[in-house]
Amino acid sequence: MKYTLRILRKSPAEEKQYWQEFEYESVSESDTVASALRKIGEVKWECSCLQKKCGACAMVIDNVPRLACDAKLSECRSETVTVQPLRKFPVVCDLVVDRSILYRNLETMKTWLSQDADFGETNPDKYRELAYEGSECIQCGCCLEVCPNFYPGGSFFGMASVPLTMRLLSETDRKQYMENAKLYRKHVYSGCGKSLACKDICPRHIDTEKLLVNLNALAVWKRKKK
Amino acid sequence: MEKTVNIIGAGISGLSAAITLAQKNIHVNLISSMPSERAQSVLAEGGINAALDTMGEHDTVLEHFQDTVKGGVFIENEEAVMGLVKTAPSIVRELQALGVPFQHENGKFIQRNFGGQKKKRTAYAKSSTGKMIMAALTDRVRMVEAAGLVKRYTHHVLSSFVIRDSELKAVRVTDTHLLKTLEFTGPCILCTGGLNGFFEGYTTGTIQNSGTAAALAFSEGVEFANLEFIQYHPTTVKICDKVMLISEAARGEGARLMVMRDSKPWYFMEEKYELGNLSPRDVISREIALLEKTEGLKDFYLDATGIDENVWKTRLSDLRAELISYTGLDPAEKVIPIRPGIHYFMGGIRVDNGHRTNIKHLFAAGEAACKYHGANRLGGNSMLGAFYGGRVAAESAASSACLVSVSEVSYEETENEKQKDELCQVLLEGLGIIRDEKEIDGALNRTWDMASDFYSTDAKRALLGCAMLECAKERKESRGAHYRSDYPKTLDSYRKQTCVVFRGGKIMVRFEELSKAGSL
Repeated sequence: MKYTLRILRKSPAEEKQYWQEFEYESVSESDTVASALRKIGEVKWECSCLQKKCGACAMVIDNVPRLACDAKLSECRSETVTVQPLRKFPVVCDLVVDRSILYRNLETMKTWLSQDADFGETNPDKYRELAYEGSECIQCGCCLEVCPNFYPGGSFFGMASVPLTMRLLSETDRKQYMENAKLYRKHVYSGCGKSLACKDICPRHIDTEKLLVNLNALAVWKRKKK
Repeated sequence: MEKTVNIIGAGISGLSAAITLAQKNIHVNLISSMPSERAQSVLAEGGINAALDTMGEHDTVLEHFQDTVKGGVFIENEEAVMGLVKTAPSIVRELQALGVPFQHENGKFIQRNFGGQKKKRTAYAKSSTGKMIMAALTDRVRMVEAAGLVKRYTHHVLSSFVIRDSELKAVRVTDTHLLKTLEFTGPCILCTGGLNGFFEGYTTGTIQNSGTAAALAFSEGVEFANLEFIQYHPTTVKICDKVMLISEAARGEGARLMVMRDSKPWYFMEEKYELGNLSPRDVISREIALLEKTEGLKDFYLDATGIDENVWKTRLSDLRAELISYTGLDPAEKVIPIRPGIHYFMGGIRVDNGHRTNIKHLFAAGEAACKYHGANRLGGNSMLGAFYGGRVAAESAASSACLVSVSEVSYEETENEKQKDELCQVLLEGLGIIRDEKEIDGALNRTWDMASDFYSTDAKRALLGCAMLECAKERKESRGAHYRSDYPKTLDSYRKQTCVVFRGGKIMVRFEELSKAGSL
């Protein structure tokens, strides 16, 4: 099967982006956009695990943000597939974007435990599970691409800062909790328009709605852990 | 300026080293090609071994030691392994304190069976233990970053070493975003992972783990060890662009290996081997290769259909989802076709028990280093070895810490490998599960040709390829992951460490007594 990849490119030294088409002859039904990019070679992109576990290859494919290693060509809507870099981050070159804002935001959110983890006494299994789900985030940035409220540099940090905050609040209920709850209210709760556009977009299938519900309970409504 | 150590690589060993140094108030430049979320460590699945003895089986540190040494077929430095297994329980508790949601029941760790171990010793978080550990360590490093102790240089790739008179003077790294090269003086810990990139498309590892840092180190005279020992994991499945691991946790929870013989399923590991389906990885992979060769069998499967529904739900849900997504088969209902695939490199940069290399001020840890796993690594020992090794390396490097200068130097290009696929094919021919001298020699001739121009990255990679083949050629016996059909017996005379170094334009291999493997 022959596919045409229409790729939005940019050379490192220039500002202007341009479209270029590449032909790709697929070898198997399970070939993905990542397989095609590997074969094409000259287009720069980021790639690491090739099995949906690292988030490196997030890009916009046929207008949907997703991982290239998860985007089967045979399931794309036509033989011409458009591929462009994530649009909320500065483009470095071709499909490579600078996602460093994600890490700066996490630093502002202080997503670290300054005391030993403690899942609490009433329902440790529930909070262990929430910490597990929170730890699954791969910082790919797909959720921010679709978010109507997020823009880089704004005070709303978007879903990408939520999972690790979930991990944190699941694992502490002491003095650190108050500070992190406050940061959550400032950088997530107050800016989130509850569009839930991030739902179902996460390549790791993190249940964003569930995390928001649980975090709102803990950080906004100040319900005790139970 | 503060006392500083440079670390290259931000997976488990790099993060462990950074945290250890920060605890000592030593500054760290943490250099990595990508953020920690993209490190290969996030792929580690099954768990981490420690004799926590929470399962009522009277497990002990000594038994963890014995299993590790036996699994590695007796060529580790025993003092180093003892240090590893003794520290293991406190490491797992420490990781829990950092927030790793290990599986618990009634306030105690649940531990699972893993290959090569008779007792339940592997602590885990479903089958994403590596991801969970990395999330906790990355957050902890973020804390010390915020405190100004760690400065990250992400999207920076090692481009060269400055080594004079067997002493590291500086490392040069290229910023792949801004296309400029920086020189960092001072000590350096290499946490750059295993040699996956030499077998791209044929390993369970990541593309980022290119092996180029190791190739640059080897060409500069850094000594390596045990390169012939490449772990083929018995249960991998071919997916688009790579082979994907099916965690050993599946076997730990009861999955069985099966082959179709005379149109009937045959559970071939269960008759011949005491540990059956829980035999070490080298044993099973070799059995599969031998059955292929001698009986012409080819349809091998992992039969996990007997695993209880509750176990799928609570302990293996992510593994099941992944298999359904990539193979279209539900392992709870269907057998999964498997093949042995390259998974881990027991060999690597030769280090003493303090993780020092033969080059002063250069250290190595994690899969990049050769230390704890002998001729075959046990499942559950890799993250342990990486975390512990990173810590030990940091403790040694602390005494080398000094004022480090960072300056821009002339640009050094990093992505220029053109012979990757060709080298891979040749190495696969010489370094299969079953090898002989003829195959190794054939591969060596072709690899030497590729190494001839000497200065290109391709040539340096080929040179390290030659070293792998030379190690395999010189070890004229079979042991662990190294099986020679022309020398099928394990010989006491080879109970030694294979050491290999590039000096004076030649690759030199020698065998070193194990007692000497602790100090270089």
